[in-house]
Amino acid sequence: MALLEVNDLRTYFHTRDGIVRAVDGVSFDVEAGQTVGIVGESGSGKSVTCYSLLGLIPQPPGKIEGGTAKFGDLDLLSMSERELRSIRGSKVGLIFQDPMTSLNPYLKISTQLIEPLLIHRQISKSEALARAIDELAAVGIPDPEKRIHSYPHEFSGGMRQRVMIAMALITRPEILIADEPTTALDVTIQRQVLDLIKARQEELGTAVIFITHDLAVVSEVCDYVNVMYAGRFVERADVETLFTKPRHAYTRALQRSIPAMQAKGETLYTIPGLPPNLASEVTGCAFAPRCKNAEGDPPHSVGRPDLAELESGHWVQECPGCLAAPIS
Amino acid sequence: MSYLELENLTRHFVKKEGVFVKRKTTVKAVDGVSLSIEKGEILGLVGESGCGKSTLSRLVMQLLAPTSGSVVLEGERLADLPRDEIRKRRRDFQMIFQDPYASLNPRMTVFSTLAEAILTRHPEWKDDSDPLEKAVSKLMERVGLDSRYVRKYPHEFSGGQRQRIAIARALGPEPKLILADEPVSALDVSIQSQILNLLRQLRDELDLTMIFISHDLSVVRYIADRIAVMDEGKIVEVGEANSLFEDPKSETAKTLLAAIPKIAYGTG
Repeated sequence: MALLEVNDLRTYFHTRDGIVRAVDGVSFDVEAGQTVGIVGESGSGKSVTCYSLLGLIPQPPGKIEGGTAKFGDLDLLSMSERELRSIRGSKVGLIFQDPMTSLNPYLKISTQLIEPLLIHRQISKSEALARAIDELAAVGIPDPEKRIHSYPHEFSGGMRQRVMIAMALITRPEILIADEPTTALDVTIQRQVLDLIKARQEELGTAVIFITHDLAVVSEVCDYVNVMYAGRFVERADVETLFTKPRHAYTRALQRSIPAMQAKGETLYTIPGLPPNLASEVTGCAFAPRCKNAEGDPPHSVGRPDLAELESGHWVQECPGCLAAPIS
Repeated sequence: MSYLELENLTRHFVKKEGVFVKRKTTVKAVDGVSLSIEKGEILGLVGESGCGKSTLSRLVMQLLAPTSGSVVLEGERLADLPRDEIRKRRRDFQMIFQDPYASLNPRMTVFSTLAEAILTRHPEWKDDSDPLEKAVSKLMERVGLDSRYVRKYPHEFSGGQRQRIAIARALGPEPKLILADEPVSALDVSIQSQILNLLRQLRDELDLTMIFISHDLSVVRYIADRIAVMDEGKIVEVGEANSLFEDPKSETAKTLLAAIPKIAYGTG
């Protein structure tokens, strides 16, 4: 049995412009120690998926309309706020995109770092402080005994992200959710942070759910990848299959549009149009209007296509139009 | 003589420390940078954060005065010009910023944003709405925006479209040099390619000269003719884009290249 089993998660936002189906029937498993990627464009619902699991969706306007998320014997989606609070930061850790805004500028790093220990593990303050210093050393902060008493503004962006990682892992959670953890950082720092997450994961055996829009990052860190489009997964496969044998038109188009994959001077491949507006209900295949095979030969699915397992572990939305679409 | 020359450009910042005993420390943000750029060339500028890229771009843009050295555009030494002349030259330099959400005025329609930019070059159109309106429509079409949207506000557009508006605004004053500071970093992959295609197409059509700053080397390799690598205020390597990628000479370039996440699987 998997560590986390998410089944048919649906999160809708009830707004003045109608119901926005941000996440519309998403299922995935996370095995212990595995890194699972969720990749997609902005607005595709990748962050909402993860925030739903932790009860971090503002309700209203958000509402979890259905689904289950089995985490051991617990169902994360039907737990009360009180129960969730004992999970968040204890069994499930979280790192956000922007380390500048996710640390409290008024509090010393020490206060913020020992807080999860004081709340979730009944240990004394001095013991917690010692653990926090060890944790800072483990994420590569030089001179941790001194630096722990600094304020967030005294750290650079990359160092702050290291502090965030230390804070998320200090309670030894079973799952770490990383929401675009390196998007705000430049390449060399990104490299260091990715390596650090990997090293800590191997050492502690933590499972990681990695949210990103960067396919190159996905190919480096993930074991299994879910490609998200318009609130649903269009393709799911292990990382090697996804990059060597992508089947869905959207996955293939995304890979084609990476600048690094193209010769200099050539016009870059682009996906025409924009993702659909989720405030109006999508009927049929959501990618059809942007597909090279827009005319539909073979035709795109009329109803919303379901995922079908083509090969063991390789799931693709069964839309004949998208599967057959030529790319280029 | 090249179109644009940076001659030994230097900018130091003096930092005063101490309450009773004053100490002065000098930060050499840009330290003797010499570069030349030909007309119609795209020069990529790369380096880690804090290496002086932004200070260098502000020096080129005439937003900061250099400590020493000078910027020479078409043989004219800009530092020797009087202040009000520099103000007039400023329209020759335009910038495109990273975040199209923050760099457009949310209270101005596309028309007023672009009209303001065009009027800096053609103040005579101020009371003559006909050529101004034509110029705005032409500019919008040039960057691939439907000119019917001319009365709309920035929030009504998507991120990619906003960046197109920002590019149109930069083109409005008919600049001699465009400085693009991470223009695609905030955009999604599929939108990134659209904007990069647009920038290349504009270069071909208008013979634009551009300095393209980015930390994403794969993007720089694609768009730039030559790449300059910067570290601690100095240019440590300049070379033709492909050859710098295949055979980097400096340590900084090697580190930057090694850091790029790579897709390990051959696609196809």
